[in-house]
Amino acid sequence: MTVEASTREAYGRTLIELGKQNKDIIVLDADLSLSTMTHFFAQEFPERFFDCGLEEQNMIGIAAGLAASGKTVFATSFAVFASCRCFDQLRMCISQPKLNVKMVATHGGISVGEDGTSHHAIEDLSLYCSLPSFTVIVPADAIETTEAVKAAAATYGPFYIRLSRPKTPLIYRKGHHFTVGKSITMKQGKDITIIAMGIMVAKALEAAKMLADQGIGCRVINMHTLNPLDEEAIIKAASETKAIVVAEEHLAHGGLGSRVAQIVAREKPVPMSFVNLKDRYSLSGKPGELLQRAGLTAEGIEEAVKQVIQKK
Amino acid sequence: MSNNIKVASQDTRGTNVFDFSVPELTEMTKKLRRHIITMISTAGSGHPGGSLSAVDIITALYFKIMHHDPHNPRWKDRDRFILSKGHAAPALYAVLAESGYFPVEELTTLRKLDSRLQGHTDRNLTPGVEMSAGSLGQGLSFGIGIALAAKLDHHDYQTYVLLSDGECEEGQTWEAALSAAHFKLDNLNAIIDRNQLQLSGWTQNIMDIEPLNKKWQAFGWHTIEIDGHNFDQILTAFEEAKATKGRPTVIIAHTTKGKGVSFMENNVEFHGKAPTLEEAKRALKELE
Ligand SMILES: Cc1ncc(C[n+]2csc(CCOP(=O)(O)OP(=O)(O)O)c2C)c(N)n1
Repeated sequence: MTVEASTREAYGRTLIELGKQNKDIIVLDADLSLSTMTHFFAQEFPERFFDCGLEEQNMIGIAAGLAASGKTVFATSFAVFASCRCFDQLRMCISQPKLNVKMVATHGGISVGEDGTSHHAIEDLSLYCSLPSFTVIVPADAIETTEAVKAAAATYGPFYIRLSRPKTPLIYRKGHHFTVGKSITMKQGKDITIIAMGIMVAKALEAAKMLADQGIGCRVINMHTLNPLDEEAIIKAASETKAIVVAEEHLAHGGLGSRVAQIVAREKPVPMSFVNLKDRYSLSGKPGELLQRAGLTAEGIEEAVKQVIQKK
Repeated sequence: MSNNIKVASQDTRGTNVFDFSVPELTEMTKKLRRHIITMISTAGSGHPGGSLSAVDIITALYFKIMHHDPHNPRWKDRDRFILSKGHAAPALYAVLAESGYFPVEELTTLRKLDSRLQGHTDRNLTPGVEMSAGSLGQGLSFGIGIALAAKLDHHDYQTYVLLSDGECEEGQTWEAALSAAHFKLDNLNAIIDRNQLQLSGWTQNIMDIEPLNKKWQAFGWHTIEIDGHNFDQILTAFEEAKATKGRPTVIIAHTTKGKGVSFMENNVEFHGKAPTLEEAKRALKELE
């Protein structure tokens, strides 16, 4: 039985812990605190929580002003609104002046489900990775979420952390060691490397298990930090396993796949394949149905591995 | 696409496709409210509160005020309705189905995989839907584009945009307010579903937007305030809006979130939560 836990709840609970340790932590939300779980912090520290209402762009400016005044600011909304809706504000007010704002967004990807395309954040990583000062993280489970949020609080500068709406399988235990920018090799293997992030890490592990039964040894890397990228691990994987599959809950362009491919092309070209949302919007439907339809499954990864391994 | 709804006449401007009386409108909204409850509870997710607060206004538009042709959804002379608060899609879908844009039976496919009825409106999938929405605060700008095109091409259709009060927090709404008046768009009509609640609570507590009427006046709009559940007032307001020349009109419609279902009324919990089967049963009973 896989145990599941909510990344957004882990975020909400971690904020309380951080708020207790540091009185300069401020939390902003844009009328979504009940869904993003920042309401835990709001209840505990009402004087340090500001609901900006339906004003995402304004929220970014406010966050920047607070950060410039010495505060560590967590600003939260759904991933679509925290990226697409306020992109110029992120660029001008946070990225260029390198202010200490942590954008933590819930409801990433298509696993948002029934709300449909308007609510599916599938461009967010591309947008955030295009902003030079942002550290961009997609935790693989609730435990890693807690660690990533703590690391963001402890590190000066702009962060983007993308979380999910549904509960996701736990792949780590308490005491999990997390370092920003340092990927985690989940499983060794010599035939191919699967590089994944977020909800795709658990699916990559599942695929690796299925492939092991067929005699294919997969290395599985959790590339939780998209920017800065762990180039060393990528080059090592390319050199040692000579084929790479990248799996992500994002459009084909500008996300993890593009970023890994750039390094591989520059340093150690090997055959690659990509499991992602290609160049298409999704639909309304249950999260599982949508992921299945898009091929973001263990089987989808398995197929990509088999295809690319033939090109070795 | 087939349907079995009677439509009055092949439209030429000057005759409404539907010309419901107030009692007929009242009867219709009861049925539509039942659809909304059934759709959302069948889907297992969705936004009942803001659908129920808006449905009377949308009904008045489609069954009395607007010139439109369900057999020809993109008829170029049609009056345009833009649902800016896209999460109230179930209310619009129910109205579109009952007026003949697609079969009523399709309503229960809401939010299901491959349905034409997406969680938030989709311009390309659903017959009769003018614009995709779901990211709040963008509809009025789109309405300005439509209204400007009408002026450019000498069409006399009217454009109606339904906003939530929460959307009056978004900056873009006020950019649109400024420019609609600047362009003197008297063919543009905004309706604000002033149900006082947003997602996390009362607008007054989350982000106070009052004095709302004075703000819109100051931005150059003709303003009208009504009870958004009273058809006499709704119809009179639309007549007044149409007769207003030289500037756009905003109708501030005072409504109740969850209207018609006692346990949903003014209950923020039902902003974005589907009723359970048992709750749906109770709701449908109240709406008999
Ligand atoms: C730009 C944007 N931010 C946030 C949301 C999430 N959201 C959906 S509905 C809603 C608020 C609902 O209140 P209101 O807009 O007043 O609608 P109503 O009460 O009429 O349902 C929010 C914050 C969104 N859809 N779009």
